[in-house]
Amino acid sequence: MNRYPLWKYLMLALALVVGLLYTLPNFYGEAPAVQVSSGKATLKLDAGVVPRIEAALKGAGVQADFVQFEGNSAKARFADTDTQIKAKDAIAKALNPDPTDPSYIVALNLLSRSPAWLTKLHALPMYLGLDLRGGVYFLMQVDMRAALSKKAESYAGDLRSLLRDKDIRHAGIARDGETITIGFRDPALRAQALKLLADQMADLQWVEGSDGSDLKLTGTLKPDAMRRVQEQALQQNITTLHNRVNELGVKEPVIQQQGADRVSVQLPGVQDTAKAKDIIGRTANLEFRLADMTPEARAALDGRGPVPFGRERFGVGRGAPVIVYKEVIASGDMLTDAQPRPDQYHQPAVSVTLDSKGGRRMLDTTRANVGNFMAAILFEKNKGEVLTVARIQGEFGNQFQITGMGTTEAANDLALLLRAGGLAAPMEIIEERTIGPSLGKDNIDRGFASVTYGFAAIAAFMCAYYLLFGVFSTLALAFNLLLLVAVLSMLQATLTLPGIAAIALTLGMAIDANVLINERVREELRGGAAPQAAIHAGYERAWATILDSNVTTLIAGLALLAFGSGPVKGFAVVHCLGILTSMFSAVLFSRGLVNLWYGRQKRLKSVSIGQVWRPQGAAPPTQQS
Amino acid sequence: MEFFRIQRDIPFMRHALVFNVISFLTFAAAVFFLVTRGLHLSIEFTGGTLLEVNYAQTADINKTRASVEALGFGEVQVQNFGTSHDVLIRLPIRGDLKQSDVASRVFERLCADESGKVGQRQYATPQGEQVTRMACTGVGDAEPIRLSRTEFVGPAVGAELYLDGLKALAFVVVGIMVYLAFRFEWKFSIAAIVANLHDVVIILGFFAFFQWEFSLAVLAAVLAVLGYSVNESVVIFDRIREAFRRFRKMNTREVIDHAITSTISRTIITHGSTQMMVLAMLLFGGPTLHYFAVALTIGILFGIYSSVFVAAAIAMWLGVKREDLVRTSSKDRDPNDPNAGAVV
Repeated sequence: MNRYPLWKYLMLALALVVGLLYTLPNFYGEAPAVQVSSGKATLKLDAGVVPRIEAALKGAGVQADFVQFEGNSAKARFADTDTQIKAKDAIAKALNPDPTDPSYIVALNLLSRSPAWLTKLHALPMYLGLDLRGGVYFLMQVDMRAALSKKAESYAGDLRSLLRDKDIRHAGIARDGETITIGFRDPALRAQALKLLADQMADLQWVEGSDGSDLKLTGTLKPDAMRRVQEQALQQNITTLHNRVNELGVKEPVIQQQGADRVSVQLPGVQDTAKAKDIIGRTANLEFRLADMTPEARAALDGRGPVPFGRERFGVGRGAPVIVYKEVIASGDMLTDAQPRPDQYHQPAVSVTLDSKGGRRMLDTTRANVGNFMAAILFEKNKGEVLTVARIQGEFGNQFQITGMGTTEAANDLALLLRAGGLAAPMEIIEERTIGPSLGKDNIDRGFASVTYGFAAIAAFMCAYYLLFGVFSTLALAFNLLLLVAVLSMLQATLTLPGIAAIALTLGMAIDANVLINERVREELRGGAAPQAAIHAGYERAWATILDSNVTTLIAGLALLAFGSGPVKGFAVVHCLGILTSMFSAVLFSRGLVNLWYGRQKRLKSVSIGQVWRPQGAAPPTQQS
Repeated sequence: MEFFRIQRDIPFMRHALVFNVISFLTFAAAVFFLVTRGLHLSIEFTGGTLLEVNYAQTADINKTRASVEALGFGEVQVQNFGTSHDVLIRLPIRGDLKQSDVASRVFERLCADESGKVGQRQYATPQGEQVTRMACTGVGDAEPIRLSRTEFVGPAVGAELYLDGLKALAFVVVGIMVYLAFRFEWKFSIAAIVANLHDVVIILGFFAFFQWEFSLAVLAAVLAVLGYSVNESVVIFDRIREAFRRFRKMNTREVIDHAITSTISRTIITHGSTQMMVLAMLLFGGPTLHYFAVALTIGILFGIYSSVFVAAAIAMWLGVKREDLVRTSSKDRDPNDPNAGAVV
């Protein structure tokens, strides 16, 4: 009766192998590496950088384990730190000919030492949380009201031109926060406008009203449009943050959305909050300026004369070199939106929206400069790069199109770059943590020691108290630990100190199932059951109880998962997974071991489960006589 | 080995009243301390700034306190953390200050006290990871003081965590009650939740009495304990149900006594094992896991008591009967009935 069919043994063996495979990468540790990432928003890193790095390494006579491109950075792994530093210098020299203006960020880093065949199986080590490796964590609140009023402002601009195009006269358009109010003097005009707006401005809902003798229409964003605006604002902020954080050369920056209006940033290896904050909080630095195409300027470009007074030369970028005026027409903080959108001839173009202030200044400038050229310049680290130089075709205000991009891809890139300077909505840091690197190391050691000693104590007790069954229980507990680490590695979960605490606690609780089983088996033996029957009944009867007790623990774990944040969430993930793996290992795996050991013996006389004490006067077991 | 050599069922329920009076008194004391002293909430809940600094020499707490107080950030708490070299500084939120700068200003001040200057240090770790950090460089390139960690939590976050904690508690309570009512019977579900919530209150009472810091990790421990000690009650209820089926002649009190007696050895061993693990955390886990492990220890000890003695007694007083659990006669029992449990 205590036999498993072959498939059950196979399943357990498979679980064991998979568990071992996915746990394995965690033991290899990390090797020194060099990471190359883009240092400028205008430079997009691709796999083409890999051969350049390889060539640079070859030139310096440095041997790398491998060079690979992953995500948005290239990484090369080395045998030791000496080679790593040599390699860093060689790569930096090859990729950044001008060290004062680096296009690439070359940083020292760590990569997992696990062999390539494991990586191919997607068996990767667990990701260590900041409390274990040191680093900076920010939680930022996005000011959604600002994003909404910015959007409303851009709608107000659209409205103005729409009503002008259709020749509907109004008595002024005003924006207050997220609502737009249009005044009318004539009810017929208002009705006409309402019809038009309901048709053309699907994102807004309009309510008719009156203010004394004046008639008005009040427009607010529809809930789904509002949600879309907020999502876009959050996405743009995340993109911008990514661009900025890349500059820090951090190994694996994690920038994530948290809830509807928050962004969390994790920067491992960085302890300098001031610099991190400076980079994250950098203000918009896109500028629209007039370009100078006069003969003097052309002469200066060719090197036949000095740059005219009040003008600057920009040598890098699309349309460069170019001479531009120093006066700024509009800057990045006036930009409300830039989207790739085909123009009326279905050619790729970027449509740009400025706020009212920027629009007014743009109108003043373009009125006087039709036929001249305008340049958009993106400043990074105080160095300007030309994004585009285009001819002013006619006068325009807060909305205009940049054409002549050639390809849709180029239009997409330009739109992204125009937006890259700015945040869609201001952000405020509401939570901040820094953990020093030595503290992180201490935390790993402490967590590891807790688990090891706790496990050893439990194992020693179980083996002494339940003898062979105790050994089975200990093996099942070890299997549980293996599975838990494997599952966490598979999910690429972040391991934190509370997570390690959860592993320890889960192991401490998981032994409960085996205690329940062993006690039941003893009880059956005490009651006079035959050894085989006792094992069978012990497992069968304990199962219902194990299930019940694990479900209640799981309910608590799920509550923590649902409502917890930060450290509690790390705890909850491990706790919940641990409950699931412990049910599997404590019941199926330990039973498998018992069946393997005892199941084949038909005439089993005794079971090694420690002393089975019987109350005085109880009937001695008939089977053993 | 066999620790528990029990001749006959121990009449636990004869003393049910005593047990409940004891636990009511503990409960009342816990509530009293919670009300009068309140919890010492960590900055995760209250908002504020926290710095952990490591001095090269043994830290002079009073000097540190004096110089941080001189900065005028409000009520400052300074204490040792783990070793005599490590100091923890807590600062409250003050509306008129830019909170995210407080930590670096305090560090600058402490660094100046040690006649050092704050600068940036960039170096590679022995493993080969590039690290940039704010460092205090003293005389002769020495580092008299190091910033181990800082934390800043805005006021909104703290309030939210408080609410989320309550929500989580409510979720656990309702979830467990529904599950137990479905698996057993409503009387059991009430008994289990009353018994175990009283554990939670007692843990909180301890934290209030000793003014230990109540952090997010402690909250996690409290909720984990709630789930864990309910499972203790579940084991006993399971036995009660089984005993009702098996021993037709026993009355309710005898059934409960039998159930507790036959599970007592498992109860002690399981909790002992879990406690061994928690003890390892308490001894080796360092200051970060200290209160987490303390909360678990209290929870485990009171968990045994309340789920064994209190929960069963309440169920008894609520009038659990054989008919509640053994509803159908054995002839027409539905083989797929999830409530059927173990069949003899």
